[in-house]
Amino acid sequence: MEHTEGQQHPIGIYLKIWGWLFVLSTASYLVDYFNVEGYPRWALILLFMMLKAGLIVAVFMHMVWERLALVYAILVPPVLVLVFVGIAVFEADYTFLTRLMFFQEGS
Amino acid sequence: MAQSTLTDTGDSLTQPDGLQGIAADWSSDQRAFKNVPWGKAMMWIFLLSDTFIFSCFLLSYMTVRMSTKVPWPDPSEIFALEILGQRLPLILIAIMTFVLISSSGTMVLAVNYGYRHHRVKTAFFLLVTAALGATFVGMQAFEWTKLIVEEGVRPWANPYGAPQFGSTFFMITGFHGTHVSIGVIFLVIIARKVWRGDFDNNRRGFFTSRKSHYEAVEIMGLYWHFVDLVWVFIFAFFYLW
Repeated sequence: MEHTEGQQHPIGIYLKIWGWLFVLSTASYLVDYFNVEGYPRWALILLFMMLKAGLIVAVFMHMVWERLALVYAILVPPVLVLVFVGIAVFEADYTFLTRLMFFQEGS
Repeated sequence: MAQSTLTDTGDSLTQPDGLQGIAADWSSDQRAFKNVPWGKAMMWIFLLSDTFIFSCFLLSYMTVRMSTKVPWPDPSEIFALEILGQRLPLILIAIMTFVLISSSGTMVLAVNYGYRHHRVKTAFFLLVTAALGATFVGMQAFEWTKLIVEEGVRPWANPYGAPQFGSTFFMITGFHGTHVSIGVIFLVIIARKVWRGDFDNNRRGFFTSRKSHYEAVEIMGLYWHFVDLVWVFIFAFFYLW
């Protein structure tokens, strides 16, 4: 019996994406090398991070070619982590404030 | 019957795309993930759970870093190395990143040659991937040794600043390094199977006793790319922040 067709794509696509991953990694390293600070640093780091992650998931892990039923089942749940991030930021701010008010020194 | 359910993906039916496709796939009362072998769907679900584990680690790191009054150590300085008399910030981590990305590229070539049934090339690229992974782990061992032995970083204290730096650093990079190490072991196992021709003559697996297909290489690839993916986030949040 013949099994599924699998994920067969021209090698050229992979090589192109591979090249881009090197470029993006170099770019994010250069952000540190040239000591970019403050909001530009945040913006650049997050931008390069999301681009790299997106390219890896989409092409190397073949998500662009999968059926939506699988794509949504895998990619939607991690988005909910952002809610968790929000809660954690709220709590960390509170802890920081209480430490400012009640701690003289130390952690 | 037991055999036909393994790889019969029901291609004879026409499958709608888009939102209708999602509704149709999930409501079909059989299997939600058409067109993918069960092993691949299960690997994706495992990776999803692993995503949550790493998310929790990075979140707790964010929480302790945001809530401490003591200045956070500067990773750019801590992970700097002197190369040819020049002090380069964060260079070790940059090299590790490039090693891991290179291994992702060789992995994708292995998957591609696997589906083309090039047995020798697939095994070769799998072994190259494993070697690069082992290099990464070796560099991480070097990094840990330097921090622990020379600079005296401990999970509860370090000479640079906030003590939470040590605990989150060892936890996050340690867990990631464990993933890489396990990946290297699995790469070698899959490479051996490819080399022996298991996927060409459908030899049955010793554990699952199911027929082997080149899809196993792609499933291995999913795990390996995930390890690279996690490193992308660790690199951004822990080292560059």
